[in-house]
Amino acid sequence: MRHTISISVMNEFGVLSRIAGLFSGRGFNIESLCVAETIDPRVSRMTIVTSGDDRIIEQITKQLNKLVNVIKVHDLTGEEYLERELALIKVNCNADNRAEVLSIVDIFRAKVVDVSPRSYTIEVTGDEEKIAAITELLRPFGIKEIVRTGRIAMARSPKAK
Amino acid sequence: MKKTGAEIFIESLFKEGVDTIFGYPGGAVLPIYDALYKSRLRHILVRHEQGAVHMADGYARATGRPGVVLVTSGPGATNTVTGLATAYMDSIPVVAFTGQVPTELIGNDAFQEADIVGITRPCTKHNYLVKDIRDLARVIKEAFYIATTGRPGPVLVDLPKDVLNDSTEFIYPDKVHIPSYQPTYKGHPGQIRKAVNQILASKRPIIYAGGGVISSNAANELRQFAKKLGIPVTTTLMGLGAFPGTDPLFLGMLGMHGTYGANMAVTNTDCLIAIGARFDDRVTGKIDEFAPYAKIIHIDIDPTSISKNVVVDIPIVGDVRGVLKDMMKLLTAAKVREFKKGLKEWLGDIDGWMKTHSLSAAQDMTRKIRPQYVIERLYKLTKGDAIITTEVGQNQMWAAQFFKFKEPRRLLTSGGLGTMGYGFPAAIGAQIACPDKTVIDIAGDGSIQMNIQELATAVEYKLPVKVAILNNRFLGMVRQWQEFFYDKRYSYTCIGNKPDFVKIAEAYGGVGLRAKKPDEVDPVIKEALKVKDRPVFMDFVVDAAEDVYPMVPAGQPLSKMLLV
Repeated sequence: MRHTISISVMNEFGVLSRIAGLFSGRGFNIESLCVAETIDPRVSRMTIVTSGDDRIIEQITKQLNKLVNVIKVHDLTGEEYLERELALIKVNCNADNRAEVLSIVDIFRAKVVDVSPRSYTIEVTGDEEKIAAITELLRPFGIKEIVRTGRIAMARSPKAK
Repeated sequence: MKKTGAEIFIESLFKEGVDTIFGYPGGAVLPIYDALYKSRLRHILVRHEQGAVHMADGYARATGRPGVVLVTSGPGATNTVTGLATAYMDSIPVVAFTGQVPTELIGNDAFQEADIVGITRPCTKHNYLVKDIRDLARVIKEAFYIATTGRPGPVLVDLPKDVLNDSTEFIYPDKVHIPSYQPTYKGHPGQIRKAVNQILASKRPIIYAGGGVISSNAANELRQFAKKLGIPVTTTLMGLGAFPGTDPLFLGMLGMHGTYGANMAVTNTDCLIAIGARFDDRVTGKIDEFAPYAKIIHIDIDPTSISKNVVVDIPIVGDVRGVLKDMMKLLTAAKVREFKKGLKEWLGDIDGWMKTHSLSAAQDMTRKIRPQYVIERLYKLTKGDAIITTEVGQNQMWAAQFFKFKEPRRLLTSGGLGTMGYGFPAAIGAQIACPDKTVIDIAGDGSIQMNIQELATAVEYKLPVKVAILNNRFLGMVRQWQEFFYDKRYSYTCIGNKPDFVKIAEAYGGVGLRAKKPDEVDPVIKEALKVKDRPVFMDFVVDAAEDVYPMVPAGQPLSKMLLV
């Protein structure tokens, strides 16, 4: 089962390598990984998407907590959380289908960020399903290149008092 | 007052209470060695960096204090990897300082440069690269704190040469502040209560104790706990000595080469009390048939060990010593009396198993020397009052089976990584830590050649370490597996009868003795024990056909032991 895990770490030299090494060294898989500083420059936030049964996920969480640099590990799966990814998609287009591409961009509230005689580069953010949907719709036009960030995630605020 | 990085390094070690370091010089650490020249810090010059780490490791196991290593960059640093991995697998507090090329040359493929922080990330508890001299004192303090707290482990600190030559105000922090590292020491009272109730309700309990009892300095508490309740005790290889080996409640070691009694008891128990142990594959055999009828209580300071291999019923995360004390507070005299009455049948069963297939070191004095006999004679002639280190393989297993350890920190052996070449330098480290004790390394003829160069170190510092070489001309344990599982195809395990270990010992300035017949064993041991100022090699020419029994073949449950 897929799990999205959010990790707060001390932003020290080599911490990304340490965590990636933990996953590879113990045979846990990393589907996606995203990391950046938080509002406190000494602390970074990492979002990792991994998969495994309950025992594996429990081990992953415990092993991460054991690392000296790791402040907090939060498995968001099963809770209410926000997830987002950003994708840059370079799609073929010509005079005939340009309008259709633009209308798809519009429907998904994406943006065209680069133009050339034969292609548009589209920037889109959203959850995994949205990115997959727009990619599928653009596929018939011919996708030249696609680059994605990893998934980032954050727990939703509690709605009740 | 301003001090150089090298001076700060030495002053910081003094602040940490370090009196001895094990090292080997080189270009990148010249500034430190220059500062050491006028310092009163004792430095032991080794002959290979791997030896330095094993010595620091042996020192740490024998005393409970962290062992300290100092080596140069590049190959000096990479030579420490096996030693660090050894300490990591057995949770031993070692702090290793490696030299590094100047910061502006890092990443440039400079002379004697190695990314040792990258290389040792998976085999150290934590590591550091000090890029700014103003971080140096804090990093050293943190390194010692991390190495010695929670579940102990090796920490490496990489020191670039320009940082050592730079200078700054020396202020040694009086507190460590690592918000992301907070080990749990106190066990959860609810879990502790549950555990005690479970134990008191059981009829066939057993204690399975490991190295964690020794790291926690909890041997007294374990003994009180076990004897108060009258529960039999088995230990892992790392736990030998945590409970007195001569006590009637002790069943011997369990696992792949454990005693028949211990393995049968664990297989039939209804309540397995795991204390400071991690359910390693050498102990469990086939996991889904391990302790099949038992409720399992697991006390450990490391949450990752709990339910990693074997799902546990009552986990307690905490320091073993504290948890045992808390558990004993819940035992009333009445409950204990009632409990002990219910154990009679179980203790009878165990007694039967222990007597059925007990280990024997019997020696026919007209035939070849049995290695088990050598170990037993070492035990008898030292009255069990020695520090024993071992190498790896048959020598290690026989030492564990036939030498009875009455106290903790008496058996120093590479259990987790199984490093051949560990025992001799570890014995040197232990002798330095405990100058008044008899220290004996039980070795094989293969293993002793892995760090034989440290004979020079032992002679130089007048250390009367004794090495009992069980010389069977083979890589014994591998030969045994080839005999049992590969139809006796002894592929590359015969190493022959060279070198002449007596001559080698003498060439280095030590003493060499040899026993070729059983009646020569006692005289050789007695002669060796008399030597007080230099190392002794005892070359015991033993029967190559001997195998370690019992043996649980890999992948089999503990009950399927091969017996003699």
